Amino acid sequence: MSAQLAATDPHEVADAAGHDHGDHGHHAVVENNFMGLPNIKLAMWAFLGSECMFFGSLIGTYFFYHGKALAGPLPQDVFSIGITSISTFLLLMSSLTMALAVDAMKQRNPATARNFLVITALLGATFVGFQVYEFSHFVHLGLKLSTSLFGSTFYVMTGFHGGHVTVGVIWLSMLALLIHKGKLNPAKLPINVEVAGLYWHFVDIVWIVIFTFVYLLEFIQ
Amino acid sequence: MAALSVFDKALEPVYHQEREVKYGLVDWLTTVDHKKIGVLYGVAGLFYLLVGGLEALLFRIQIAKPDQNIFVGDTFNGLVTMHATTMVFMAVMPLIAAFSNYFVPLMIGARDVAFPRMNAFSWWTFCFGSILLNSSLIFAEFPAAGWTGYAPLTTKAMSPSAGIDFWWAGLTMLAISSMVAGVNFVVTILNMRAPGMTLMRVPVLVWMMMVIQFLLAFSFPPVAVGLILLSFDRTFGTVFYEYTMGGDPHLWQHLFWVFGHPEVYVLILPSMGIVSEILPVFARRPLFGQHAVIFSGIFIGFVGFGVWGHHMFTAGMGPIADAVFASTTAIIAIPTGVKIFNWLGTLWGAKMTYPTPMIFALSFIPLFTIGGLSGIMHANAPLDLQQHDSYFVVAHFHYVLVGGALMGLFAGFYFYMPKVTGKLMNEALGKVHFWLFAIGLNLTFWPMHDLGNRGMPRRIYTYPADAGWNFDNLLATSGVFLMAAGTLVFVYNILTSLKNGKAAGRDPWDACTLEWLADSPPKAHNFDFTPIVFSERPLWDHKHTADMAIPVPAAAEEIHMPSYSWKPMWVSGGIVLILVGLLLLHTIPFSWLISVAGGLSIIGSLYAWVTEPV
Ligand SMILES: [Cu+2]
Repeated sequence: MSAQLAATDPHEVADAAGHDHGDHGHHAVVENNFMGLPNIKLAMWAFLGSECMFFGSLIGTYFFYHGKALAGPLPQDVFSIGITSISTFLLLMSSLTMALAVDAMKQRNPATARNFLVITALLGATFVGFQVYEFSHFVHLGLKLSTSLFGSTFYVMTGFHGGHVTVGVIWLSMLALLIHKGKLNPAKLPINVEVAGLYWHFVDIVWIVIFTFVYLLEFIQ
Repeated sequence: MAALSVFDKALEPVYHQEREVKYGLVDWLTTVDHKKIGVLYGVAGLFYLLVGGLEALLFRIQIAKPDQNIFVGDTFNGLVTMHATTMVFMAVMPLIAAFSNYFVPLMIGARDVAFPRMNAFSWWTFCFGSILLNSSLIFAEFPAAGWTGYAPLTTKAMSPSAGIDFWWAGLTMLAISSMVAGVNFVVTILNMRAPGMTLMRVPVLVWMMMVIQFLLAFSFPPVAVGLILLSFDRTFGTVFYEYTMGGDPHLWQHLFWVFGHPEVYVLILPSMGIVSEILPVFARRPLFGQHAVIFSGIFIGFVGFGVWGHHMFTAGMGPIADAVFASTTAIIAIPTGVKIFNWLGTLWGAKMTYPTPMIFALSFIPLFTIGGLSGIMHANAPLDLQQHDSYFVVAHFHYVLVGGALMGLFAGFYFYMPKVTGKLMNEALGKVHFWLFAIGLNLTFWPMHDLGNRGMPRRIYTYPADAGWNFDNLLATSGVFLMAAGTLVFVYNILTSLKNGKAAGRDPWDACTLEWLADSPPKAHNFDFTPIVFSERPLWDHKHTADMAIPVPAAAEEIHMPSYSWKPMWVSGGIVLILVGLLLLHTIPFSWLISVAGGLSIIGSLYAWVTEPV
């Protein structure tokens, strides 16, 4: 019967059935998997599409109000491109370590993957630390949430990005902990790490967009 | 050619399940079964349908006659706001969720959705969000800024009442629920189909459900951003909507209608799908141009994202934007017309029978078309300038949403309830319901065209006796009573047929699709064996075509059934705590600690979620 998929990869069997099986995924019949992508990966792509609309709206709002602030300080008064470049570089490096974690897990090397996940989370946490410093520095310069349209749009847009990085840091730390404790189904580890990686790279790309269009363009002008 | 009785001989599958629930109530609180979640959505949707209807009844009494003083000012505005918010987000959307939850897995031959616990999370987030939104009546007062919540009308300066805070908090939860459900069902439909069910063999209703799940996933984020900005303005003093600080009233309108127009299709496409399932069954012939119906639905989904500006012709976007949005809006009439003519083609010369679901489905076509035609008038920007904010618009969208969406959902109830309860609904009561409701809705909404043309604006709580609006308003209000009576007959019919209805059997309507292969009501695992699909009408071909019988395997299948879980409800509860902390921020000192506790409890619950064996 064609419902009995001859699966080549154990994690694909688990995901084709569409449920979390824990350690108990010893069933013979699975639902057919038409799109060639495991459920959880397809779900992540759909979710990231949704996230594109979310950040599109936030970044759109920033540009809708660009140059409309009635009171200072203005972007050119507060941005310090050097510091933000450093934090951007760290976030970019975290995408590299994330890719290394995904690769290690594909080679069935959970210990290495765990270590790269921890490094990725630390780099992400450092990025958030830079953002906290940046925000407090800007507040010190007189730019608050309620100061102007620039203050409101800038803090909320970059704040929600920072929130996404924070969620990613928590996710990756939890994943590293679960791998360390051996609490996840080993067959499903590669896909779990890969999906976390998709999210992480997406959040990274959103920052590249914000850094380019919000910071660098201001710097060039 | 084979009889349905071959399915009775199928062996029960062998279960693998971690834990079983012992007690009924715990079962309903922790269920991850798509059928039970569907029933929960259905009960909630019907409850809020009565609530929203009652709100409409109250404010229609106020404007039945000129110069009345029963519900005035913000009481009237609150009733109008909550009527629309309730009907859109808490009645029609959960009723659609009820159908998609219960029937999408059955129709594609699956055992459940892709992520059963995420599905339960969507339900609890909806449930808590709707309670939070309505609790404004207890803790503050109803929000009174209209369901469209136009900022700056909703800013603290304009609407100091906490009603708006409950509104944004509740709607935010409903948005989260819908986005998560959207992702879940997109994956379910794409990945969980039975063997042999190619995309072009997917039933039209499931196709329409897939289109709206994409719309949910992609159109809710903009309004979520709009609501977040509003919540920041009201809670943390940002100035997004403060015109004194340069804030632009267009911002909210764009963010709201980028969501708002696709939302219209979220409400109507499922009913179009239901009608496309019902007409062929009672016309005894295949749907005319099935692929054209599917592709026009997909086309509507795409173009639906490019038409939102037709809600803003009076907002001063400029002639170019107006022209573009007028054109895209007019274009949407084409795929809609394709559907209407395909339904007519299905019926042309057919030997029809007329049980209640067919009557409702047939009435959908002209009633929706009336709303569609006045919609095309609104695509015309200069004409829209005249009709904007008048009762003509109210007439238009009520023909679409009541004559269209709701009549389609009623048709679906009469058609599918036998599968859910195993009992047929009462035909005589069904016809009483139909005539009361159909006459009532035309009596209410047809005169509103005339009221609009005579210049009566929306959302006014009284009018002078010499305005020339008296007779139409009296007609409209009397129609509401007929609709209310019809709805009560409907609820009575559901309740009594649970007890006294005739046994439905597997396939009471001699239908075409896989859901009728399952028992009525279906077993927890839906199907004893994985059905194999050879055509777009698998059950019909099983019954009528040689060589196309669905094979029943000789051996019992082994299946894994997901176990019950408390974790989805915990995570939803954490979101409630976060929002409650924000709502109390300026009322109770240190209430931000509630939000922090909510965040931590979400993290803890998620850890428990991923580590619990299911
Ligand atoms: Cu529209």
